[in-house]
Amino acid sequence: MTFGDLTYEAFAFGFFTILTLGGALGVVANRNLVRGAVWLIVSLFGVAGYFVLLSAPFLAAVQVLVYIGAIGILFTFAVMLTRSMTNLNERYNQQWWIAAVTSIALFGMLVLLVILPVFGEQETAVSDVVATTADLGVALVSGDAYVLPFEVASLLLTAAMIGAIVIAREEE
Amino acid sequence: MDRTIGTLIKIAVPIVIGVVVILILNSITSASCLNDFEGCLVDGGMDTDLAGLIAISLGVVLVATFPLLVTILLIWIERKFAARIQDRIGPNRVGPIGLVQPLADVVKLLGKEDITPAGADKWLYNASPVMMVMSVLLIWAVMPLTPYHYGIDLEIGILYFIAVASIGTLAVIMAGWSSNNKYALLGAFRVVAQLISYEVPLALALLVPVMLAGSMSMVGIVEAQAGMWFLFSAPIAAFLFFISSQAETGRAPFDLLEAESELVAGYNIEYSGMKFAMFFAGEFMHVFTNGVLMAVIFTGGWYGPFAREAPLLAFTYLMLKSGFWYLLSLLMRNALPRVRIDQLMTFNWKFLVPLSIANLLMTAFLLKLVQEGGLAPSPEEASDFIANIPQTVVLFLGNVALAAFVMTLIRNQGREERLAEDAGEPSDLTVTPAPAGD
Repeated sequence: MTFGDLTYEAFAFGFFTILTLGGALGVVANRNLVRGAVWLIVSLFGVAGYFVLLSAPFLAAVQVLVYIGAIGILFTFAVMLTRSMTNLNERYNQQWWIAAVTSIALFGMLVLLVILPVFGEQETAVSDVVATTADLGVALVSGDAYVLPFEVASLLLTAAMIGAIVIAREEE
Repeated sequence: MDRTIGTLIKIAVPIVIGVVVILILNSITSASCLNDFEGCLVDGGMDTDLAGLIAISLGVVLVATFPLLVTILLIWIERKFAARIQDRIGPNRVGPIGLVQPLADVVKLLGKEDITPAGADKWLYNASPVMMVMSVLLIWAVMPLTPYHYGIDLEIGILYFIAVASIGTLAVIMAGWSSNNKYALLGAFRVVAQLISYEVPLALALLVPVMLAGSMSMVGIVEAQAGMWFLFSAPIAAFLFFISSQAETGRAPFDLLEAESELVAGYNIEYSGMKFAMFFAGEFMHVFTNGVLMAVIFTGGWYGPFAREAPLLAFTYLMLKSGFWYLLSLLMRNALPRVRIDQLMTFNWKFLVPLSIANLLMTAFLLKLVQEGGLAPSPEEASDFIANIPQTVVLFLGNVALAAFVMTLIRNQGREERLAEDAGEPSDLTVTPAPAGD
């Protein structure tokens, strides 16, 4: 790939990569938890950009809606309520080596799985058909696609919601 | 009698002048490069990629600048409107009938000292006002302004709107936290409760027009209203959307997040100068954007006589419809008192959310029934007014039945509460103050 091959998509990919990796770095390097949560939101926003580049606008919108609009706000909110946690002085706690081993192992596995296929036999793309949001909707509720996982997931979420209400409810 | 004629002339003359100006402008613009800027550049011998980039960048600048410029005018309209309701004159010193007042205000705000509190988180503190304005401006990207002019026709337009609107919530939280001020933080906490709660009926109400149009794209939704506005086939959804979008802007009667009497000013207490103004610019723009959304989703967007032939006329229709909804929300803001936080939550979770779910189920059921029964207009005659009438009548009657049912429930509950109050029992609506130290 020469410099002349660079397209606007490549620039956009680079931009979103900087957002994703830079945001992730910010999350782990920051001692202030609220700022960490904000960096996490930046990182997740970069991932939404990848979905746009992959022609999956529905997933991009859901990424912004769920991860930034809901989970990001929940994180920020929870951290804000624990004021003593927002200014930590210690850099390490006692479990730092468990975290280090886990992350290195996970990183190694992911890198291996990404790099190996590049050197092996070149596989053809799974599908070059760009599915529309309507296709996705049909796949979620059609009998020979994902209707069972879809319903099980919704049942699980409903149960979790009812459970949360029961726990939060005051005794009467 | 003379006075009526005088008023009529006063109204008619600007309309006639306006129509003439629009027609002249339209004949100029349709002849020029406005409708196909990219093609125009390529014809001039420019590289296709570069022409595309320039066209997109110019489009972004145009779409983002328009609402900002409108806001300057909106501030004047809002102040004048509020003044009339409160029996005042309003701004009348700067320029003719005070029209230049907002510009003077902007200059004043720019000249004010820009303070960052010592204990504040500098980065987040300065980023929040920008994000607030951004979250509203991003909505305009999918807004179909005329049949041929829109930022982008996303197939998930509605979902995109809900997604970017949630960034505004984040901006308010960040502003509240980074100011390092108790009142600001309290204001931010209220925002989370209010904005997230009212997103539920908002999203559920939007599902109804999506169902009617069979598309989530904003352009698709406008096109689907060629024959009949969704306001007539889904009045309850329009009502729910209007109420919850008013709550999303955080204005009276839902302005708890900046309740002056309780929280000093709420989340923006530490902000000064232009940064403070940006929160307000964001709020003004949000109100108007909601008016445009009401016009686009429920009252046919740019549709009107000769809209396709004259894009500027189409744009005028859109602005007139948006103006109607905008003035309605201004009226609501100025006429209603602020609700209490428990009333706010009760109203949302015990009234709006159940109603929106019932409305969604009912519309889905009736729509399927109409389609199976052969009353729905066929795709060829979807833009025909007459062909749309049977389906609209069925859906409208369904809405009326649901509304009547809900009204009866509310009436009975109110009657019981009044009877209980007469009997001396404390009702749910009166709250006894908590004892000291509790």
